[in-house]
Amino acid sequence: MKLSEQDVQRVAELANLALTPEEIARMTRDLDGILSHIDKLNELDTTNVEPMAQVLFDAGETATLRPDVERTPLSNAEAVANAAVSGGGYYKVPRVIER
Amino acid sequence: MSAHSISSIREGLAAKTFSAEEIAREALAFAEAENPKTNAYLALSPERALAAARAVDAKLAKGEDPGALAGVPVAVKDVIVTRGLKTTCASKMLENYVPPYDATAVIRLEQAGGVIVGKANCDEFAMGSSNENSAFGPVRNPMALDRVPGGSSGGSAAVVAQGTAVVSLGSDTGGSIRQPASFCGISGVTPTYGRVSRYGLTAFASSLDHIGPFARSVRDAATLLGVIAGRDEMDATSAFSPVPDYTAALTGDVRGLKIGLPREYFEGLASETGDRIHAAVETLRKLGCEVVDIQLPHTQYAIACYYIIATAEASANLARYDGVRYTLRSASAQTLSDMYRLSREEGFGAEVKRRIMLGTYVLSAGYYDAYYLKAQRVRTLIAQDFAQAFEKVDAIVAPVSPFPAFKLGEKVDDPVSMYLSDIYTITGSLAGIPCMSVPCGNTSEGLPVGLQILTKHFDESTMFRVADAYERASK
Repeated sequence: MKLSEQDVQRVAELANLALTPEEIARMTRDLDGILSHIDKLNELDTTNVEPMAQVLFDAGETATLRPDVERTPLSNAEAVANAAVSGGGYYKVPRVIER
Repeated sequence: MSAHSISSIREGLAAKTFSAEEIAREALAFAEAENPKTNAYLALSPERALAAARAVDAKLAKGEDPGALAGVPVAVKDVIVTRGLKTTCASKMLENYVPPYDATAVIRLEQAGGVIVGKANCDEFAMGSSNENSAFGPVRNPMALDRVPGGSSGGSAAVVAQGTAVVSLGSDTGGSIRQPASFCGISGVTPTYGRVSRYGLTAFASSLDHIGPFARSVRDAATLLGVIAGRDEMDATSAFSPVPDYTAALTGDVRGLKIGLPREYFEGLASETGDRIHAAVETLRKLGCEVVDIQLPHTQYAIACYYIIATAEASANLARYDGVRYTLRSASAQTLSDMYRLSREEGFGAEVKRRIMLGTYVLSAGYYDAYYLKAQRVRTLIAQDFAQAFEKVDAIVAPVSPFPAFKLGEKVDDPVSMYLSDIYTITGSLAGIPCMSVPCGNTSEGLPVGLQILTKHFDESTMFRVADAYERASK
């Protein structure tokens, strides 16, 4: 096995997913299968190969800059229209700082 | 309705055989009647469709040019945002999300007179190869209702095959346009990376995501791509390269073109799918193409490379679904941390969680170099394989999928084998080159097979030229 249920639990915490015990067990099995296949990449020596972060770009670095002119943004009401909970034009969330 | 093409609608409007509003009403009624069979639409958009159709009729009445897609019923995959129309990404997470803006591709197709009749079902957040990962039920293949339409753009392919839309928009990250096109017996195009603006496409894997067209003919696919392609200042990755008239390439003449057959794609393809592909290659040879063997030696590493890069990027892109901004928050969350963890647990389906987990793992401390950076280096090798091949050939032909449409439920319990079936489409996605699927006959069971055509960056014209010549010869 390439990873344990404890490893999967740790990754779930990093990903902010409250997985159930059944999901952890299934996920451990599935990820193990996928990671075993992924090991295949170690057959290749890539020491002198540049990593590709952007597949292709056909213009200079500053070409994407637009003129600095004002535009009408979304209204406040539109911006929070899809909020799970909102009030007074703001997103509402549970208390962040505990006393 | 199902016999219409972009040009037959244009001619009918010009001859006043019908109005755009009549076509829109007919398409909406047909879609409503057919949808229970396939579940291909998540929602129809009658108000928006009729308003767009009436605008076309008004332009015609005034003698103005109504646009290249005048009156054409179009479906849009539900990962592409539409202002005021729910865009769910086939996820419970976004079940009630109503976008405040339109995607650039949507704006462009409506400006050209296109009539959006509805939002097409898909795999949740475009993650899947069968459309069985939709939170709102799978799509059934209109050619064989007990089978999947492919994925992730299964609904977009099914509505065009069914005839409830003339063309549609899908999205492709590792084969999500080409594979469903092949399963449903229609054409589907993944253009060059950056050719079509992704502004308004819900992000999955940003270095791989594309928007592209589905159509029942190569000509219609070329026309729709011409409408939506081109630089957009709202997407910094959209390409500046000018957009040619793709339909001008549809000459039917492919004499002297060099077509490459990648040896690695044909090893072990001893199936009916292989027979159909070999027959298509023979047709191209008879049309005057010179067929040569080529090698793409890093093909066997493509799936591992893809599932690192795509999931790593997905884990970052899907971090935005936090229980705050996008409609869903767990009712049982009391603390900030529970709001994140429980909302995401309740909102995401199994495949999306699996990919977020894999992506988080490969990016986590101590693993970045071994996985993500390694995959980016292998991606360079895969792209170089294609660059070297295109020094020798004008186009490459290959299968799209190792097998035709499979039965619903047949592969859901084995994610690794599902991933492995993407082998023929993932390579082109990693290289960012244009690639498409064009129908090349059926198996003895009557299941469609797709022929994949790939060309070099920004050479969609040659891809369409080969596909169109083949389509004419095979009819």
